[in-house]
Amino acid sequence: MNAIKLLLFVPFIGFLGLLSFANKVEPYILGMPFLLFWVAFWMVLASVILMIVYKFDPDNEGSDSE
Amino acid sequence: MNISLLIISTFLILALYLGIQARKGKDMNMEQFALGGRGFGTFFIFLLIAGEIYTTFTFLGGSGWAYSKGAAAYYVPAYIFLAYVLSYWLVPKIWRYSKQHAIISQPEYFASKFKSRSMGMIVAVLGSLALIPYIVIQLKGLGIIVSEASYGVISPVAASVIGAIVVTTYVMISGIHGSAWTAILKDFMILAVVIFLGVYIPFHYFGGIQPMFETVQATKPEMLVLADQGLSQSWFVSTVLLNALGFYLLPQTFMVVLSSNGERTLRKNAIALPLYTLLLLFVFFIGFAAIMEIPGLQGADGDLSLLRLAIQTFDPWVIGVIGAAGLLTALVPASVMLMAASVGLTNSFYKVLVPAATEMQQLIVSRMIIIVISIIALIVTVTGGEALAILNIMSYSLITQLAPALFCSLPKNNIINKHGAMAGILAGVLIVLYATIAEVKIATFLPDVPPAINDISTGVMALFINIIVTMIVSALTKHTNIRETETENLDKIS
Repeated sequence: MNAIKLLLFVPFIGFLGLLSFANKVEPYILGMPFLLFWVAFWMVLASVILMIVYKFDPDNEGSDSE
Repeated sequence: MNISLLIISTFLILALYLGIQARKGKDMNMEQFALGGRGFGTFFIFLLIAGEIYTTFTFLGGSGWAYSKGAAAYYVPAYIFLAYVLSYWLVPKIWRYSKQHAIISQPEYFASKFKSRSMGMIVAVLGSLALIPYIVIQLKGLGIIVSEASYGVISPVAASVIGAIVVTTYVMISGIHGSAWTAILKDFMILAVVIFLGVYIPFHYFGGIQPMFETVQATKPEMLVLADQGLSQSWFVSTVLLNALGFYLLPQTFMVVLSSNGERTLRKNAIALPLYTLLLLFVFFIGFAAIMEIPGLQGADGDLSLLRLAIQTFDPWVIGVIGAAGLLTALVPASVMLMAASVGLTNSFYKVLVPAATEMQQLIVSRMIIIVISIIALIVTVTGGEALAILNIMSYSLITQLAPALFCSLPKNNIINKHGAMAGILAGVLIVLYATIAEVKIATFLPDVPPAINDISTGVMALFINIIVTMIVSALTKHTNIRETETENLDKIS
């Protein structure tokens, strides 16, 4: 397991760890109550984090194992 | 026959046609039947994995839970996107090992890792046990969709039966190729329908998405946050973690992973898939709109909220299109599930009992098992009455009991052995079944326990005990294991 993959923990810790802080209706963001926005925000962020991991992951260098 | 029923029937026939023609030009053997010859690239894998999320459960159950329980429904997209994050690391390992050892099903994977055929049999039975509630969800959802969208012309039971016949037919003929082809049609339809409904309904009734939520907030503010007790934060966190772990352990998702053409295909999919879960927001919008517009659906009837609201809002032809999309969201996942269960059972039982069986015989047995599972699922569908979300959680609680064995099997030196793994799985499964059937919670035994602990999902508690049993039994049987492994290796035929 290479170091860049440790980033995969971020969505678990960030999203679930800060849930009690996010469990509220206001402020509304993008028309959504805060908790729903929080869920949506982390979906997008998770994708961004995965993209970063993919880019720097040495496992993806060279040709794909067939 | 009304216009919406006509549209639904047309799509049903189209799905059947696509499913059957998918087989053209393929020489069927087990690997081709179950995994499409391990040849699916990024696009098809995306559709098949996404197909496993956009099931009738997300369509009806997602909006149904938003309608009846509010914010607790957010657990669905939450566990799905976290499962994708986990998958980036996890599934290439599974794929690589399975490719090297020519493994085509989940039970075989476990049997090979633990060098134990009994392990394979346990996993096959557990997988089928977890899949049945899931197939039931699809058939039940299909029944609801078709009967509502046909304005009651077709009864839910008749619709479930017709759907089961169609899906069984094309899976038997084309295997996973049939699922892949119908998945294209399905994803196109569901994207269009969900986004259209999710945007149109809030604007039509409330003048926007925020005004809609503000109306809900004014009358039922508790629907927009997690509760202090019951479906609370600790319930949410434990259920999300459990399901995220269980997602790739479900036999059908496991099988889709194996059908990929490479590790990189799987990693690329992990990036794109979390964004696809955003689609579920639109499903929730519909559920929240229904709270205000069509109040009064009780219990499992909450699953009807999306369709009832749509019927109140649109002309019959639109309902036909929605019904057709809903129909496809039941057929595609159900087809992969049927196949995963049957290939797993064929491999771990039939192949062991009849080692000399030819590919042709294995295919015949797989197809017969598909019919049997369809029939069992149909019987449960017609007789049971649970809400879709409850069935979903039960499936996950069962299948996640495989997690300790899976994770311990990944490193080169496995710290647990087959005895420990099997004992742990059995302990976990028995707890889940007992707790679900007898409806017990932690407070049943410890009445003073605080709600934050009592609300932890049953599956997580079972998993906890599972891990302890696995470790203890592995430690106790450490020495017997080495000898047995050697003898079993000698016995091994393949």
